[in-house]
Amino acid sequence: MAAQIFSAIFVIIIGVGGCVAYFWGANKLLDLIFPSRGVSGSAAVDNLRRQGLVRPWLFVGPAMIILTIYLIYPVIETLRLSFLDRGGEHFVGLANYQWAFSDQDFRNSIFNNILWLAVVPAACTFLGLIIAVLTDKIWWGTIAKSLIFLPLAISFVGASVIWKFIYEYRGEGQVQIGLLNAIIQYFGGQPQVWISLPFWNNFFLMVILIWIQTGFAMVILSSALRGIPEETLEAAVIDGANPFQIFWKIMVPQIWGTIAVVWTTITILVLKVFDIVLTMTNGQWNSQVLANLMFDWMFRGGGDFGRGATIAIIIMIAVIPIMVWNIRQANKETGGH
Amino acid sequence: MAATRGKSFVGRFGVHLAVLVFVVIWTIPTLGILVSSLRDKDQIIASGWWNSFSSSSQTEAGRLPAASAQTQKDGKYVIEGNVFGDGAKRAISAFGTKAAAPTQYKAGTAADLGDGVSLQVNADGTFVLSSPKAFEGDRGQRVYYASSAPPKFTTENYENVLLSQGIGRSFMNSLTVTIPATVIPILIAAFAAYALAWMRFPGRALLIAVIIGLLVVPLQMSLIPLLKLYNGVGTFFGVPSKTYLGIWLAHTGFGLPFAIYLLRSYIAGLPREIMESARIDGASDFEIFVKIVLPLSFPVLASFAIFQFLWVWNDLLVAMVFLGTAPDQIVLTAQLNALLGSRGGNWEILTTSAFITIIVPLIVFFSLQRYFVRGLLAGSVKGG
Repeated sequence: MAAQIFSAIFVIIIGVGGCVAYFWGANKLLDLIFPSRGVSGSAAVDNLRRQGLVRPWLFVGPAMIILTIYLIYPVIETLRLSFLDRGGEHFVGLANYQWAFSDQDFRNSIFNNILWLAVVPAACTFLGLIIAVLTDKIWWGTIAKSLIFLPLAISFVGASVIWKFIYEYRGEGQVQIGLLNAIIQYFGGQPQVWISLPFWNNFFLMVILIWIQTGFAMVILSSALRGIPEETLEAAVIDGANPFQIFWKIMVPQIWGTIAVVWTTITILVLKVFDIVLTMTNGQWNSQVLANLMFDWMFRGGGDFGRGATIAIIIMIAVIPIMVWNIRQANKETGGH
Repeated sequence: MAATRGKSFVGRFGVHLAVLVFVVIWTIPTLGILVSSLRDKDQIIASGWWNSFSSSSQTEAGRLPAASAQTQKDGKYVIEGNVFGDGAKRAISAFGTKAAAPTQYKAGTAADLGDGVSLQVNADGTFVLSSPKAFEGDRGQRVYYASSAPPKFTTENYENVLLSQGIGRSFMNSLTVTIPATVIPILIAAFAAYALAWMRFPGRALLIAVIIGLLVVPLQMSLIPLLKLYNGVGTFFGVPSKTYLGIWLAHTGFGLPFAIYLLRSYIAGLPREIMESARIDGASDFEIFVKIVLPLSFPVLASFAIFQFLWVWNDLLVAMVFLGTAPDQIVLTAQLNALLGSRGGNWEILTTSAFITIIVPLIVFFSLQRYFVRGLLAGSVKGG
């Protein structure tokens, strides 16, 4: 263990130190090559100008190189691979796309993804809004918010274990150690293997994501609610509006923009949901989704890069319009930096 | 808030109740694995964790000693002993001899097994099996009994998973991945953000546009080409293709557009006068950056650091693609996923491992909640 801790620290120092050394060393080198101190006036001005030409590229250079390798090149390459066969050697035209739309697994994944899209963003936003409004009114609201917010820090895999424990099934008549089946049995119902019930198991997986993301919606909507001018609410109270009218007719319309941002942010997340499905069912019992299907095609039976790339492209086509809209919104709010 | 004014007592009570219900629903799942991870492993499967503070009862089966252990007493053949043997004693409430009716007889009463054979099992586990005829055969009588044990909490599970299930090791691996994968993008992004905000050079506007454009690229897009690239580089130079350096750079790449976007908009908002007076005093850009910009940008750096730290720590996909699953490289999330497959029914291992996995994010969450919230607010535009 000690040796491992030591080697971990060593590796970390190398990695971080290398990065610091680059920036520090590159600047030092530039100062050495074009000295601006200790040389005559005109030479110093010349050298300063030269430094000014080079230095920005020293600063943005690493970012540009990494972005090119890790994002720009892959986008082009994925697009190219989606027109090639499984080994990435022969051009097959649109065959991969034709395969996708006729493949049962793929259609099933699309169907499930749409199901997720219909339920999860709506549920998170709605629950988040309700909780944000309610917790605003009570003295222990901050504590309540912290606790509801907490699952957001938990990994999807950790959350999957947590919920798998809740859905745990034991044969009928045995002691149920899963909370859900225990409750069902307590009320005289029939215990079920929840995650292998086709169609309905999707909803049991969605619960996990809703449990995680409601806190996100709550926090953002809560800060938007605080921004509502007090006068509009007071005017509504004086006019005799009841709490439901105030909520639907005064509060919701004023924070509509924020609701939309929360909704779309969760939508993007849902389109890429992977960990939960992999750990809970790995796509069995008709619970497959696009991101997990892609992972399957990357590694299953030696991998089929063409089909995997095709699924990636389809995910991107679905994500991009929402992302573009989201970034526009964010830019509008921060004054368009 | 104005809306609360003039509301009835019932209405206010309802609000408290509703919030309480939400809090309970949101907390119970996590509480379940925390409590379970501290329970004795036999008790986890014997009763639900919500019963963990009361005695747990379980039905067990055992076999009495074979005919060779019999003695003769008052003209009867008798086998005596304790069903628990030398093991830990529990309190028996009922027993039986058929699997279909394991609790047919109350403890302390004599059960008539037919042919004059009788069996009595007492609460403390002692039993007397007697028969008018000699027992035969080398297999003893099967017996079932319901026993209850007092609640038992232990840290044994933690010792077990940390040392024997590879969780301790993958905890270190996760740290090895996460710390550089958080620090490197901050450094690279901060320098780039400063240059994009305050330095003049050709192509700056185009660069900013490209970086904002890259925000929309989902990380799934990058996996296949990068995997091929890594394999190619690995074979070409004869080095392993799955390395820590590889995953640091991958996380850096996926985090960079968001980091630059976030840091640039903050750094661009710093007051111009400070930069200019420093420049007049003869400070170079490097000095301005290190001595002025970095300290002033602390809040946004902290927000991004927390966001990226949690993102990398909780990531499974990137780790599974770019890092091996050998013991010296597997990260916590991947290890937990592997345990789900191999130890699906061993809840003492799963709950404990899961709790170890989430403990670091929880600490970060509770100690740095303010920055965490801010990072999340900004994080809604992150594509990867």
